[in-house]
This record gives sequence, structure tokens and C-alpha cells, in this order.
Amino acid sequence: MKISLMIFLLLIFAAFSYFMARQKITTAYRQHKSKHKILTLPKYFGYVAALSSLIPALLMMFFLQMVEEPYINHEISSFISSSQFDDNQDLNLYMNEIISADTPEKVAALSAEKQQVHQRYMEIQTTTDRTQAVIVLSLAILLAVWAFKKINTDTPARRVFERIVEGILLLAASIAIMTTVGIVFSVLFESTRFFGEVPILSFMFGTEWSPQTAIRADQVGSSAAFGAVPLFVGTMLISFIALLVSVPLGLMSAIYLSEYASQRVRSLTKPVLEILAGIPTVVYGFFAALTVAPFIRDLGQSMGLSVASESALAAGLVMGIMIIPFVSSLSDDVLSAVPQSLREGSLGLGATRSETIIKVLIPAALPGIVGGVLLAASRAIGETMIVVMAAGLAANLTVNPLDAVTTVTVQIVTLLTGDQEFDSAKTLAAFALGLMLFITTLILNVIALHVVRKYREQYE
Amino acid sequence: MNNTDIVKQSLKKRYFKERLFKTMGMLSIVTAILFLLLLLTDIFTKAWPAFIQTRVELTVDLNEADLGIDAQSDEQAIMSADFRKPIRAALLNTFPEVTKRKQKRELYSLTSMGAEFQLRDMVIENPQLIGTQQTIQFMADDDVDAVIKGTIDRLLPESDRRVKNDKLGWIETLEASGQITTGFNWHFFAAGDSREPEMAGIKGAILGSLYTLLVTLALSFPVAVAAAIYLEEFAPKNRFIDFIEININNLAAVPSIVFGLLGLAVFINFFSMPRSAPIVGGIVLSLMTLPTIIIASRSAIKAVPPSLREAALGLGASKMQSVFHHVLPAALPGILTGTIIGMAQALGETAPLLMIGMVAFIVDIPQSVTDPSTVLPIQVFLWADSPERGFLEKTSAAIMVLLFFLIAMNAIAIYLRKKFEKKW
Repeated sequence: MKISLMIFLLLIFAAFSYFMARQKITTAYRQHKSKHKILTLPKYFGYVAALSSLIPALLMMFFLQMVEEPYINHEISSFISSSQFDDNQDLNLYMNEIISADTPEKVAALSAEKQQVHQRYMEIQTTTDRTQAVIVLSLAILLAVWAFKKINTDTPARRVFERIVEGILLLAASIAIMTTVGIVFSVLFESTRFFGEVPILSFMFGTEWSPQTAIRADQVGSSAAFGAVPLFVGTMLISFIALLVSVPLGLMSAIYLSEYASQRVRSLTKPVLEILAGIPTVVYGFFAALTVAPFIRDLGQSMGLSVASESALAAGLVMGIMIIPFVSSLSDDVLSAVPQSLREGSLGLGATRSETIIKVLIPAALPGIVGGVLLAASRAIGETMIVVMAAGLAANLTVNPLDAVTTVTVQIVTLLTGDQEFDSAKTLAAFALGLMLFITTLILNVIALHVVRKYREQYE
Repeated sequence: MNNTDIVKQSLKKRYFKERLFKTMGMLSIVTAILFLLLLLTDIFTKAWPAFIQTRVELTVDLNEADLGIDAQSDEQAIMSADFRKPIRAALLNTFPEVTKRKQKRELYSLTSMGAEFQLRDMVIENPQLIGTQQTIQFMADDDVDAVIKGTIDRLLPESDRRVKNDKLGWIETLEASGQITTGFNWHFFAAGDSREPEMAGIKGAILGSLYTLLVTLALSFPVAVAAAIYLEEFAPKNRFIDFIEININNLAAVPSIVFGLLGLAVFINFFSMPRSAPIVGGIVLSLMTLPTIIIASRSAIKAVPPSLREAALGLGASKMQSVFHHVLPAALPGILTGTIIGMAQALGETAPLLMIGMVAFIVDIPQSVTDPSTVLPIQVFLWADSPERGFLEKTSAAIMVLLFFLIAMNAIAIYLRKKFEKKW
């Protein structure tokens, strides 16, 4: 049975038990069967009855769905002679072929032996589907009947219901933890497999990156090299250029907007910065690759410099512009958190506005600004689309901004898009890079958030 | 020189520095605005040709003998008929002087590869056309299109020009006889992706984005609101809750590509969900937008004055009732604004969707959340990567469509905020 149909049935069921329970309690109230005064509205009894059949049934359904596939795979692989397959890879391919034969023509195209397997597969599928439906629906009915019998006017229905809702709310809040755990485990798991093939030291400190493994062992360049230093250097180079652009511009914009600009200018300029922040990164990437990079190349050539057409400068420049609103809004926050008395004290002693800003405000706000810069750096390091479209693929170990460099995120994308077998060192390397990226940005974020919070507390 | 003079002199210097500083601030804002204008004008000027379609008007003879079908044929037969023949015959009719094979091939490429499908669809819709002569405006090839729009300069010497003299001559003849027309490019909004620039459309990507966003909204809105309510109203002060808060703040700053890795490893490889499907994209994006919506919802809930809660509690409502009946409705406009902004962020997101295989070349228009599809930003990425000149304008046009949706969503958010904003 289809899941959507099953959920639909369960919902109808829940609605039915809601009305039944409510009816029972309403009648009981009318006949004054309650020992106490009426404390709880009848609808809460309905809710409790409905939820006590719906939630366990749904949980059971998801559990059965989870175990269904492994079970079917197990049954099928014991059906076909196990000697045929040396490893899981072949079995998976075989299974895919059988599962994907969903029309009579496709089945007819299979070999006789596979047709047999296919038929067996269909049989198992039907029985498991039926068993599932029977288990889930009978569980729902049983619980509904049980709840209906159990409920009476003395049940603290509202409190029970509110406990359930609070549990659901807590569950929703914990999804953030589950996501983090999911990220850490998925990246860590694949990375350990990668480090089983490539030593972690040669990954961290190797200076040659050429992940293409050859198909035949005797091919030229067959030994893949996974030294990630060129990627780290490239990432840092582009991020550094981006910060060089965004920090002064963003900070100065924030200072001008919060200290000089009139209300009118402020209300006109802020939305412009917000638009700049809202433009998708793929648009910046397109602009960097097709407009800025050729412009910089031509400019460099006219000055007699040799500039790569995918120069780090172009990607860094555009990325810097992208981060301006980010830096500016963070600096705006920390500047406005500086107490007014500091400003007035300095102005009262005869300092000009700029002197006040440079000598009083910025030193006072420095921890906050540093925190903002760290957050901006973490944004720059993790930025993907601009560099995928405007930076190079070749891993050059250089700090010349006019050369093409590649970054961690570019390599993750190139390693994982297109044809892939999941077990090769090439695709696993992407997860190792992802792990590095996650750890780096995590450290930057934790430090930045800590610094910013300490700074806020200072003035509160 | 007395002290006043010294002060006056230094004042001059200090005022100059003051002005300099102020100008620097102004300049940095102007730089940002100028850059925005530059970006938008660059994209607009590149995009406008994509909204205009060049058509070649030809009179085709749909005779039964050539097509091998008649008015009574069923759809299957019409589908397999060769509709290239009448178009080619019409082209040869217009230019009888073309006889050499190589030249003929050049001539046939005046109309798009899609012209035969255009003709086929017309005939399927109205089989009575078989056996008649029809004057039809066919989609022009992208080279013809480029010449008409001026992206290929006719005055260049032949060796530097993509369209050679022969073809240019034919185009100019057609132009002179009024057989080349231009009109609004509806096709761009009605078709899926294609390898031919003139046939490529954006409908598949728009629908893919729509399905993905629907999944994202359906998952992230309830969960985020529930989480925000719990953290603001019910959470006790303990280690576990602190840990949740730290996690939310960190997730907001985790690079989006890492969420893509999570999607690939967990949903595609572990749960074997379909690749390239909006459902997986939606799940990944909802995990990504959760922190944004949670943070916005929390500040909206926090802004509701405690007097409201206290009044409800004082009248005998339970904590849960006071929250769901009074606090939540009052906070809803703020929550909705935050949600729309989160959705806009999800609409523009590209990197995590690359990881879960939404980058495949897909011609068919998706019909459900499990069909393989692509989304607007990835369509931009794919077209930007294509070597054909004709895709450049398509890319810019796709960006304009994307920006249009983003601006619309943000405008709704601002409108909601303005309309329902309450000063307590």
C-alpha cells in the first residue's frame, strides 16, 4: 500500500476517534457523571484519543519502512545463489536492474534467470506491503479502541495533551542537534574511509593535488595525488582578497550610515545593501566569470602583465563585494551597541567626529568588529558558487593573485558532480575536504560568536 | 605665534581630516551602490535579446505522399512521420539556386532543430492540416537569431564571422521579403531545457524550484515555529537547551555546501532516495533554512509583550493555551516575514543542490516532487557553462526571472511587515 494512502487512512481514523471520544465525554458531562466540576473541555479528550492512536501508528509505519528495504535485499540475495557475487557492488547493480524493471516491456527484456528473480522480488514486495498495512492499521484500531474505553471524565485530558504537544515542540527544537550530528557523522565516516586509503599527513601537508585516478594501472599519471596544501592556499588567497575588499568598504559604510548619514539617506541606502546581500551567489559567479574576469585580464594585458583568465583576483573581488553588506550590518550592530556616553564624552572634550570614531568608538567596538571579520572570513571560505564559476580547476601552489588557483569548495563540487562511484578515493576525498571546511568554519564561528557575546556583555 | 593661532592651524588640519574621513565613508557606500547598478545593467543588457524570438515564415506543403500519413492517421503515426521534409522543401523552394549538398545543409540550418517538432505538434492538434499548404512562422536557428539581433556583426570580414556570406545573403533576402519576424519569446517560458539555445526554456526549472520550495516550506515552517515556541516559552534553563541554542547559531553559519554533503551521504546513499529529485533538495534546503526561520520567529515571539501572556494566564488559560491562542497569533506576521526571507534564501541557493545531483541535464518538465528536475539557480549555472553563444543571453534571462521571484518574495515580506507591524 502506498505511504500516502496509509497516512490518509490513519488521519481519517484519528479524526474518527476524536469525534467518538468527544461524543462520549459530552454525553457523560450531560448526565453529570463527573465527580468533580467540569474542568476540561471535551475536545481535549478527543485530541488525546486521536493522538494516542495516530502517533504510535505513524512511528510503527516509519520503522517498518526503514527495515523494508534491507529485508527485501536480504531475501533476494538469499534467493539468488550467493556464489555469483563477490562483493556488494555487483549485488547492488543487479538489484537496481531488477527494481527498475517496472513495465512489462522492461521485464521481458531481462534474461530468463533475472525474470525469475524479478518475479520473486514482486512477490516479496507484495507480501511485505500487505503485512505492513495490516500491522499498522490494526495497531491504530487497537489503540483507538483502547483509548476510547480508557477515557472517562476523570482523565486529566488537557494535561496529557499539553505534555504530548510539549514533547513534540522539544523534538522540533532538537532537530538542530540532529542536523549537526548528521553532518559530523556523515562527513567523518566517509573521511575515515578516505584516510584509510590516503594517510592523513600526506593529505594535510602534501603539495600536489591531482585526484584523477587512471582506469588502467599502466597509464601515464596513474598515481593520484591527494596533497591538499594548494587548495588550502588557494582558498586563503581568495578569501584574503575578499576580506581586503569587504572589510574596509563594509566598515566605512557602516560608520558613515550610523554616524554621519541623515535618516533619509539611511532609509534609502540600507535597502540597497540588503539587495546586494539578497542576490544569489550564482549570479555573482556569472558576473565574475563573464564580466569581471575578462575585464581584469584585458586590463592586465594592457599594462603588460600576464593575467590568467580565471584569476584569483576576479573571484576574490566579486566575493568581497558580496560580503560587504554582511560586514556592514555586523559592524553597524556593534557600533550602535557602544554607549552614547562615550561618544558624548569625546565630543564634549572637543574632538571632531572622525577623531571620536577612530580614537574612541573603534577601540571600544574592536572585539565586536573582530568577531564580525571572523564571521565574514568563514563566509568567504565556505562560499562555493563564485569560485566554482570564476576560479580555476588546476591546483597551482601560488600566492600571486593574477594566477588561477583552486579552492576547497571548487574541488568538492568537481569531485562529486558528474559520474561517480561512491567508493573511489576520488569521491571520498571530497568528504575529507568537507570535513576540513566544516572544522575550519566551526572554529571561526565559535570564536567569533564567543567574542561578540563577551563584547555585548561588556556594555550591558 | 600665540596659542590661538596654533589651535586655529591645527583645527584647519583636523577639519580637513574630518572631511576626508566623511568622504571615504560616502565613497565606500557609493562603490557598493555603483557595483550593484553595474551588475544589474550588465545582466539586463545581456538578457533582453532572450525575450525576443526570431521566426522564419515559410509556406510548407503538407502533402500526404511526403509525410506518409493522411488526415485519418492516428497520433502514433503522426509522431513518427518525417516533418523535416516539408520544411526543407519550403526552404529549397525559396532559394532554388542552392544545389550543392554542403550548401543545402547550410540552408536547412536556417530554421531551428525544433521547427519540425513545432510542425508536428500543429498537425497532431489539427490533423486536417495534412494535404494543405500552410504559411507558418518557424523558430529560427540561434545563428539567424544572433544576426537579426545584432549579436553577430554583419560587417565583420567573413573569416571572423560565425555566419558565412552565403547564409547571411539568404537571411538578408528573407529579411527583405518580410519573411523574418520577431516577437515576444513565449517559448522561453513554456519549454524545458535543451541543447539548442533557441529551443531552451525555463519552465522546467521554474517548476522544479516551485516543488523544491514547497517541500522546504512544508518541512521547515512547522518545525521552525515549534522549535522557536519551545525555546522562547517552554524551555527550562539547562545544559541541553544551551547546547541546542549553540547548535542553531552554528548551523546558521555552516557553509551551504556542507549541507549538500549531508544530503548526499544521508538521504541519497543511506536512505537511497531518488537523485535529482525536488523532495531531497527540499529536505536539504529546509535543514539549511531552519536556523534562519527559528531565529526570526524567536525574535517575533520575544517582541510580544508579557502583559498579553499574563492577562491570558490570569483569566485561567493554561500556559499552552496562552501561547497558542494569544502569543502565536500576535507573533505570526513577524514569523511569516522571517519565513519568506528564509524561502528567498532557499530559492537562490545552488551549492547544496549540486551535491545531490540536481545538476543533471533534464529536458522533461517535472510533474511531481519525485521527478528528476533542476532549479532556477542551477539552470543559470548550467547555461553559464555552455559554450554556445546563444546561451549567454538565456543565462542572463534566467537570472532576471530568478531575481524577479526574489524581489517579489521580499516585497511581500516588506509589505507584511509594514501592514501588520505593531508597536506594543
